[in-house]
Amino acid sequence: MTNDLDVVAADPKKFIQGRTGPWEIVMGLEIHAQVASNSKLFSGAAVGFGAGPNEQVSLVDAAMPGMLPVINRYCVEQAVKTGLGLKAQINPWSRFDRKNYFYPDLPQGYQISQFKDPIVGEGVVLVERDDGSTFTVRIERLHLEQDAGKSIHDLDPHATYVDLNRAGTALMEIVSKPDIRSSEEAAAYVKKVRTIVRYLGTCDGDLEKGNLRADVNVSVRRPGEGLGTRCEIKNVNSYRYIMQAIEYEARRQIEVLEDGGTIKQETRLFDPGKLETRSMRSKEEAQDYRYFPDPDLLPLELDPAWIKAIEASLPELPDDKKARLQSQYGLSAYDSGVLVIEQERSDFYEKAAKGRDAKLVANWTTNELLARLAKSGQDIENSPIPPEDIAGLVELIETGVISSKIAKEVFDRMWAGEGTPQQVVDKHGLVQVTDTGAIESVIDALIAANPDKAEAVKEKPQALGWFVGQVMKETGGKANPAAVNEILRTKLGVL
Amino acid sequence: MAIDAATVRKVALLARLSESEERLEPLARELNGIMTWIDMLDEVDVEGVEPMASAVDLKLPMREDVVTEGGDPAKVLANAPSSKDNFFVVPKVVE
Repeated sequence: MTNDLDVVAADPKKFIQGRTGPWEIVMGLEIHAQVASNSKLFSGAAVGFGAGPNEQVSLVDAAMPGMLPVINRYCVEQAVKTGLGLKAQINPWSRFDRKNYFYPDLPQGYQISQFKDPIVGEGVVLVERDDGSTFTVRIERLHLEQDAGKSIHDLDPHATYVDLNRAGTALMEIVSKPDIRSSEEAAAYVKKVRTIVRYLGTCDGDLEKGNLRADVNVSVRRPGEGLGTRCEIKNVNSYRYIMQAIEYEARRQIEVLEDGGTIKQETRLFDPGKLETRSMRSKEEAQDYRYFPDPDLLPLELDPAWIKAIEASLPELPDDKKARLQSQYGLSAYDSGVLVIEQERSDFYEKAAKGRDAKLVANWTTNELLARLAKSGQDIENSPIPPEDIAGLVELIETGVISSKIAKEVFDRMWAGEGTPQQVVDKHGLVQVTDTGAIESVIDALIAANPDKAEAVKEKPQALGWFVGQVMKETGGKANPAAVNEILRTKLGVL
Repeated sequence: MAIDAATVRKVALLARLSESEERLEPLARELNGIMTWIDMLDEVDVEGVEPMASAVDLKLPMREDVVTEGGDPAKVLANAPSSKDNFFVVPKVVE
């Protein structure tokens, strides 16, 4: 049975094996991305991390009687921009609704959200898997809403402390259709959305600070059957947690179903310590948010000229940049994919590749530099080796001053802060010896000292390798390998 | 739409209002009375009329993204029944 929600072809490789046969996981995600604004969605209080309790709260955020919300134009613009980045339809007429529920960190007693008429409609995101293959995730909608405050439960054994600094901060909730079929795909999708909002500058994508959070709707079914009942998992704020939570939850649902039980639609919390999800009992009573249009706010009408102007201001997006890096520099899909994940990476690469062998620069950037940065936990913005020095290193290889082997040593010394590639080469005398006279004299001495080995080469040409190794050793690896081979072959009569 | 005692109980719970069992029936009767008045609106033919979003002919006013408020926790906490170290303090809500 299929419907327009259920359009992804089943892939047996992604099935989970249960006791009684295979199961398919079906997932849709809700991503909450905090708008990177100075002030809140409906008030002039500051948005930020690390201020003292209740210091970034206006009387609107505290829901004092008589306060009226006034929408932040910049936040609206960021929602439109993000919608355009998700290749989605922008709705020129949208409206805010009240989502009613009671919790101490929600002083209004309702969250201002968009229920029936969101600012952004359907879109699509192209996602890369780790192996470089791609899949699409359809976007259902994006709407603007307020964040809640923060409840702190561990400061007092008998009381909960409430800080409203986060209350009223603008969030973009990005809702996907149920197009995701494995935990790896779920993580890859969140990564891709994060890359897009970071390119756009609409959200800083900081998962640790909770500025980008994902709720995962997980259900399982027998391959070919209709959609199963889903559970929503909250509190997954890292790629690893997302994957672990999904793996656990899918297994749990399969066990319930294989034991003849049924899945109850509910909200579950992931516990990263125990690596399990558990039911949020407080939400067990049927949620009834009683949405209705917020009478404090007029409909949000967007001028088509403004939407056009925002569209014209969009930066080059990751998919376009990836295609350009492939065509302009001849890079592989994999290398260009790695470079576009962070804008700073591709900026670095393009600076270094200017006028140089583009593939060689890509190799040194992705294989050596990014690996080294990852190991030391640094970002490319703070790379101890600037792009000019990667360019310099590649230039030394291109012009034959150093071999690729020596280049690794030069790179290590650059990483250690010994200066530019030229300085490192000069300081340690790492210039490749292409002077055939010098190489010849080393080879002559070797042949004279090892007449038996020289004789053996005539019988068995593969034995030449020993001489090559010895010459490299004698010259400290600085001899030009091509020149060494040629001279050896001539002198030993191997062709 | 007829409102029964069970509906009143549910609405009261959602609104966090405490009502005794013996009040539920009388409240249901009162609310049904109000609903009867509201049902009169059904007599108006609204075929082809868009739902009204607002009674005023104004555009949604917008503000610029500048910080103009905050920095005064004492004012924010002024009406709080209980506070400590600039936090609101409420009964324990953790599950």
